Amino acid sequence: MQRVGVFVCWCGSNIAATVDVEKVAEVLAKEPGVVFSTNYQYMCSQAGQEMIQESIRKYNLTGVVICSCSPRMHENTFRKTCEKAGLNPYMVEIANIREQCSWIHKDKDTATEKAIILGRAAIAKVHLNAPLTAGTSPVKKRALVIGGGIAGIQTALDIADAGFDVDIVEKEPTIGGKMTQIDKTFPTLDCAACILTPKMVDAAQNERIHIYSYSEVSSVRGFVGNFKVTIKKKARFVDETKCTGCGLCTEKCPQKKVPNLFNLGLDNRRAIYIPFAQAVPKVATIDADYCTMLKSGKCGVCSKVCTAGAIDYQQKDAFIEQEYGAIVVATGFNPIKLDKYDEFAYSQSPDVVTSLEFERLMNAAGPTGGTLLRPSDGQHPHTIVFVQCVGSRCDDSKGKPYCSKICCMYTAKHAMLCREKYPDTDVYVFYIDVRTPGKNFDEFYRRAVEEYGVHYVKGMVGKVVPENGKLKVQASDLIGNQQLHIDADMVVLAAAIEPDKSARPLATMLTASMDTNDFFTEAHPKLRPVESPTAGIFLSGACQGPKDIPETVAQASAAAAKVIGLLNKDHLICNPCTATPDEMMCNGCSSCEKVCPYGAITYIDKEFRGPNRTTLIRRVAQVNPAVCQGCGACTVACPSGAMDLKGFSNKQIMAEVDAICR
Amino acid sequence: MTYSYFPGCTLKTKGKDLDIWGRASAEALGFTLEELPDWQCCGAVYPMARDEIATKLSSVRALMAAGEKGQALVTLCSACHHVIKRVNNDLRTDEAIRDKVARYLKLETPYAGETDVLHYLEVLRDKIGFDKLKEKVVNPLTGRKIGAYYGCMLLRPAQEMGFDDPENPTILEDFIRAIGAEPVIYARRNECCGGYCTIKDKGFATKQVDAIMDNAKACGAEELITACPLCLYNLKENATEGLPVAYFTELLAEALGVKEAAK
Repeated sequence: MQRVGVFVCWCGSNIAATVDVEKVAEVLAKEPGVVFSTNYQYMCSQAGQEMIQESIRKYNLTGVVICSCSPRMHENTFRKTCEKAGLNPYMVEIANIREQCSWIHKDKDTATEKAIILGRAAIAKVHLNAPLTAGTSPVKKRALVIGGGIAGIQTALDIADAGFDVDIVEKEPTIGGKMTQIDKTFPTLDCAACILTPKMVDAAQNERIHIYSYSEVSSVRGFVGNFKVTIKKKARFVDETKCTGCGLCTEKCPQKKVPNLFNLGLDNRRAIYIPFAQAVPKVATIDADYCTMLKSGKCGVCSKVCTAGAIDYQQKDAFIEQEYGAIVVATGFNPIKLDKYDEFAYSQSPDVVTSLEFERLMNAAGPTGGTLLRPSDGQHPHTIVFVQCVGSRCDDSKGKPYCSKICCMYTAKHAMLCREKYPDTDVYVFYIDVRTPGKNFDEFYRRAVEEYGVHYVKGMVGKVVPENGKLKVQASDLIGNQQLHIDADMVVLAAAIEPDKSARPLATMLTASMDTNDFFTEAHPKLRPVESPTAGIFLSGACQGPKDIPETVAQASAAAAKVIGLLNKDHLICNPCTATPDEMMCNGCSSCEKVCPYGAITYIDKEFRGPNRTTLIRRVAQVNPAVCQGCGACTVACPSGAMDLKGFSNKQIMAEVDAICR
Repeated sequence: MTYSYFPGCTLKTKGKDLDIWGRASAEALGFTLEELPDWQCCGAVYPMARDEIATKLSSVRALMAAGEKGQALVTLCSACHHVIKRVNNDLRTDEAIRDKVARYLKLETPYAGETDVLHYLEVLRDKIGFDKLKEKVVNPLTGRKIGAYYGCMLLRPAQEMGFDDPENPTILEDFIRAIGAEPVIYARRNECCGGYCTIKDKGFATKQVDAIMDNAKACGAEELITACPLCLYNLKENATEGLPVAYFTELLAEALGVKEAAK
């Protein structure tokens, strides 16, 4: 039996307001083996930690139970505390009486009773704890960045700058992401391409950065410090090493009716294309869905005109295996589809556009060469209505419950630019609230209203009816308490943004958690905002939540700093809570091997001593502790109960259950 | 399958086509509408005052009568459907109303909204299925360009009615597709027809209806269908130059061959 010390934390009023902490300490003092029990306002503070250390020495404690917040919060803190006092860190147990007790209950008596039960279970478990020693595993000094938008590029540049190799995997034929499609950036109105393209070139020219464009991650194995990743390089039917990016093929290709996705389908491109002039890598790609040669074997014009001989119709998808110490997710965002918001007539009129389409219509490299023209008839629009929060802040199942964060600012930018370039236009912005919390943001919005004379109307648009070449906009003006009818030439919808569709399958591959909106979850919403709870996975940019460019770049650099910190270590301390098989009980069925997500289990034929001095050979499971992550899947799968997890043995769990049911 | 059926006053007078073809088509589709005995007025307008109970009672009687037979209550008139569905929802969710109603009607066990209220279109969509309906069509209305006119009663308030997306409904378009015609989607298909304003201000109703008709015509509709007697009245009587308007059941009967058989 251990000599157990119990430490009940108040967590200020977080626990103490709902749980009678004094009573908990008092009752738990009577548990078997408990030689010391106390309570304190903030157990994680320096004074609290010193009190634990003193008690360990004074009472010769061999086990410690801390009744406090979730182990995810402070288990490590208390393990270190006890280690410094000479106790094995795995002789510490946490009873979570905050998240699982005080925060979710209102009645003090029942919460107190539950806290006592949780403490009792932890005491029962600590009696069966054994000291564990952690091993180490080496760190592969190379990072993978998934997604080559501004977030991925910035993270890669910073990691490379610190002297580590880094690969960018980008699913499109070029890096650059959404920012390449944006015209101007708020709040300074500098041109997006002018600040982005030098960074794209930097990434391409940096010898520590390797760009896999038109590629996807197809599988991820391993764990922090030792990820094994398969990258699928999609066939682009052009040899990247030969293509010079001259663009001749993209002019001669006879297939002219391919929607140009870079311009969001507002104009057409050829079947072989380079997305835009500053693409990196500047290499052509054949769109297999439209190429006549690939579809019917008749054409071959691009191959004939290519002087470099780069066209390769036989090219197949290639798979590349690579090892990484850390993975950064930078998969970004997309505007939502607007099919559920047809009251704004997006599907009924080409003059109803999304804000991103509007960016292309204002951009010098866009389909109209930077002159704002109505898509329907190429005429100059005189009245433009902007509708904010389309699909954002929705309380129904149609849209997103969250604020997309960037729309207020880019709409102010659009409105301002319209009025500046075309002073004869009348510009209306319909809003629920205008949200401008950023450096120089509110000043920017006020300039749109005060200097540029944009009509900001608090209220929402109810309906847009395309009629006789006009868009009849019906809206409410909440402050004027009236209904407005505006005959507009164009309507611009600030569509909500959502995580890229590739994020969900990627999260499954990485075992990284996501929230209900498919944004990646951070390890702590305030204190660890750029790390996933899964060790070795880091988050950069809008894949974690809606973000503008300044915020994205800040987070990208923060993620890089975390990666550099990890790659700087030669070895990582392993989790000693690994699985161990009882060879005498193992029947060699392979159930555990099949469920192990890390490939940590193998089988060997082992010689055992039988009765009457005979020997027999049996097939038994073996766990590689350097690879095992202690997930426990094998212990559940094992039909004979031979597999056990150190620190979470079947006996320990049963002791906890018994203590709860006592 | 047999459903309790609440026709409502209009379907016995001005809106006979909605009723007759609805019932006849039901038989062709394999379900029966069993008219509730001694049904009374639905209440006509859903009372907005929180404490107004008396005008809800006749709806409750109809709901309970269907409940006693263990049947769902089907309606065709969108105004009746609106009132009955919302009253049922009140009794399902509001304990105070449930209690008062029980006292008024001297009920031993309070009625708590147990009866399901279905509109005829919901029966077609959710019970029969538009794909099954399509199979039963003998007389597909091929080539006819039909605009659906929804009005407000079936759609709003969306959370209580649970009928379709109030801004972008599709049920009538799916119905039109099932009977072999081509649905024409136009923006004003769920705008107000003028409603009861036609009694006091005909000019207003005309303005509303003309906007709807112009929009439907511009989008290529050649005729309109609706499920609401008041909408039908306004669309027909108040249009300056309107498209032909019919109840959806009439076209259903036509497609199922029921109408021909009746002649």
